[in-house]
Amino acid sequence: MAAIKQVERPDIDEGGMGYLQSLPRRVVTVYLPLLVFLIVLLFPFYWMTITAVKPNVEMTDYVNYNPFWVVHPTLEHIRYLLFETSYPGWLLNTVIISTAATFLSLAAAVLAAYAIERLRFSGARQVGLAVFLAYLVPPSILFIPLSVMVFNLGLYDTPFALILTYPTFLIPFCTWLLMGYFRSIPFELEECALIDGASRWQILTKIVLPLAVPGLISAGIFAFTLSWNEFIYALTFIQSSEKKTVPVGVLTELVRSDVYEWGALMAGALIGSLPVGVLYSFFVEHYVSSMTGAVKE
Amino acid sequence: MASVAIGNVYKSFGATEILHGVSVDIEDGEFVTLVGPSGCGKSTLLRMIAGLEKISRGHISIGSRIVNDVAPKERDVAMVFQNYALYPHMTVAENMAFSLMLKGVPKAQSDAGVKRAAEILGLVPLLSRYPRQLSGGQRQRVAMGRAIVRDPQVFLFDEPLSNLDAKLRVQMRAEIKELHQRLKTTTVYVTHDQIEAMTMADKIVVMHDGVVEQIGPPLELYDRPNNLFVASFIGSPAMNMLKGTFANDGAPSFRGAGGVSLSLPKPPSIGNGEAIVLGVRPEHLRLADDGIPVTVVVIEPTGSEVQIIGRTAGGEDIVANFRERHSFAPGETIRLSVEPGPIHLFHGETGQRIEAAR
Ligand SMILES: Nc1ncnc2c1ncn2[C@@H]1O[C@H](COP(=O)(O)OP(=O)(O)O)[C@@H](O)[C@H]1O
Ligand SMILES: [Mg+2]
Repeated sequence: MAAIKQVERPDIDEGGMGYLQSLPRRVVTVYLPLLVFLIVLLFPFYWMTITAVKPNVEMTDYVNYNPFWVVHPTLEHIRYLLFETSYPGWLLNTVIISTAATFLSLAAAVLAAYAIERLRFSGARQVGLAVFLAYLVPPSILFIPLSVMVFNLGLYDTPFALILTYPTFLIPFCTWLLMGYFRSIPFELEECALIDGASRWQILTKIVLPLAVPGLISAGIFAFTLSWNEFIYALTFIQSSEKKTVPVGVLTELVRSDVYEWGALMAGALIGSLPVGVLYSFFVEHYVSSMTGAVKE
Repeated sequence: MASVAIGNVYKSFGATEILHGVSVDIEDGEFVTLVGPSGCGKSTLLRMIAGLEKISRGHISIGSRIVNDVAPKERDVAMVFQNYALYPHMTVAENMAFSLMLKGVPKAQSDAGVKRAAEILGLVPLLSRYPRQLSGGQRQRVAMGRAIVRDPQVFLFDEPLSNLDAKLRVQMRAEIKELHQRLKTTTVYVTHDQIEAMTMADKIVVMHDGVVEQIGPPLELYDRPNNLFVASFIGSPAMNMLKGTFANDGAPSFRGAGGVSLSLPKPPSIGNGEAIVLGVRPEHLRLADDGIPVTVVVIEPTGSEVQIIGRTAGGEDIVANFRERHSFAPGETIRLSVEPGPIHLFHGETGQRIEAAR
C-alpha cells in the first residue's frame, strides 16, 4: 500500500520510487523486465494454442514449416478431444470435485482459523503451528495411507475419494491464510459486538466473515486452483476413464504408450486452464486487496 | 440507569498483578472519570466493568446485581472505544441499529430509536454513509450514537477523544457533558487527560500503578489533594513542589534548599526538622517584598495571564501565574510569596498530605 501511495505522489518522494520517472529509465527498469516476464509467462500458452490448432503434418515437419507458426489451422484436434474422448466429462468431474472440495475446506478452515486466532484456547499457538506443519507433508507420502482409508470406506473410484482427500492439504492451506486475515481484523470490533449483544456465532457471521470476504475469496481461488491441478490422488484413487479429472484424463487417455496426441493434449490443457483463468480475472481485485492490505475502516 | 460498585477488585495477567484492590462506588446517574497516567490500569478496570476481562478477585456490581460471572451482553452496558470500533462494512444507521437488531427489536421501533439518537447527535444526514466516509469527529459521534440507541444502564468510555485534534476535543468534551446532563445515564469515563477529567466529571477517581490514589469531586481534588501524586497530577500547570524541612523555632516555617524560607500555619503531627514537601499552585503565588527570591527563566504571556517560570536559589523550578501583565526580563530576580491559605504540605517520605491546624 505504501508503494501505491508513493506512485500517486511521485513529486514528494523523490528518494523512493522517483527514479522510475524519466522515460528511458522507465524503459530499462520497468517495461523491459515486464516484457521479458510477459514473454516467459505467455509463451507456453502461445505454444499450447498453436499446437492445438496445428495439423499433424506441420507439427512434425520443421523443414518446410516454421515451428512457431501455423499455416493451415485446423479444429480437428479440438473436435477429437470434445467428441471422441471423455474430455467434457472430465471437465465436469473436475469442476464438481474442485468446487465441493473448496467449499468443504473453506467451511472447516474458517472455523479452525477463527478458533485458533480469536478464541485463544490454551494450545492455540501449537495447533496453529501443527496445521502449518500438516501442510508441509507432501501428498506423495500421504497417498499411501490415504488410499487404504479410501478403500476401506468404499470410496475408491468415486468422486468422494477426491472430494474428501483434497481437504487434507486444502484445509491447512486455507486455515493458515485465513488466520493471517482474521488477525488483521481489530479485536475491538468483536469486543464491541460482544457488548452489543452478539453471540460468538453472530460475531463470526455478521462481523468477521463480511470483513474477511477478500481473504475468503483468495483462499477459495487458491484452494480451487490446487484441487483443479491435483494429480497424485486423482491418479491413484480414480480408475474408470469417465470419472477422471482433466489433468489425469488428458495424460492417461491421450498418451497411448509412445504415441502422443500433441494437438489434443494441448487443446485439453488449454481448455482445462480456462475456468481457473476466468476465476482469477473475475476476482482479481479482491484477491490483490487481500494480499496487500488488512481491513480498512 | 444503575449504580456501579467496584469492591476491592484485583486483576492479574499471568503472574503480573495490574490492579491491587480497587474500590469505587458510582452512584446512579453519576459521571465518573477514571484518570491516571498511561498503563495504570484504567482501561483494564473499565473492561472489567464491561465484562471483557475476568475479575481475578473482588466483585463488581451493576445495580444490585453482582456481575462477576455475567456475560457482557447480559450486563446492559454500552462502551465507546478509543478508536471507535465502528463496523466498517455497515452504514452509520446499521452500526447504530446493530445491537437492536441482535435483540430482535422490530424494524420500525429500531428505526425510530436510531433516528432519535441521530437527531440528538446531529447524525441524520450521515445515516447512509459508511464509517470510512466520515471524519474523526463524526466517527466519534456515531460511536456515541451506537451507545445511546441502546439506552443502557451504564455508559463506558475509554479515552474516546484522544484520537481527535485539540479543538474538536474541547468541543466534544462539552457535547458529552451536555449529553450526560440530558440523558442522566450513569457514566464511567476513562482518560489520561486531567483537564478532561476535571471539566467533565461529577467525581474523579485518580489511579496510579493499579491503586486508587483519591476519589472526590474535581475541585476537592484540586483544593485538597491527598498526596503528592494527586497534587502533581491534577492541575495544569502543575503544582509547584519545594522539598525541605519543617522548622518550629517560635514560628512554624518551611526551610528549603538554597536558604528558601517560608512561614507556615502550624501543622499538627509533625516534628521539628522532619522532611516535608511544600506545594503551592502557580496562581497562588504573588509578588511581595518579603518573598523568596526567584530568578526569572522564561516568561510566557498567554493573553489572559502571564506565566513565569523561575528558579529558586536552591535550583528548583517554580511556576507562577499572574493575571496582571508584568514584563520581567529573563535573569531578573523577583520575590514571590504565597498566600497563606492555599499552601499544601506533604510528608517527605510517605508523600501523604499533612493537615494544617487552624
Ligand atoms: N491482555 C493483557 N495482557 C497482559 N498485560 C496487559 C493486558 N492488558 C493490559 N495489560 C497491562 O496492564 C497494564 C494496564 O493497562 P491498561 O489498563 O490498558 O492501562 P491504561 O488504560 O491505564 O493506560 C499495562 O501495564 C499493560 O501492559
Ligand atoms: Mg487505556
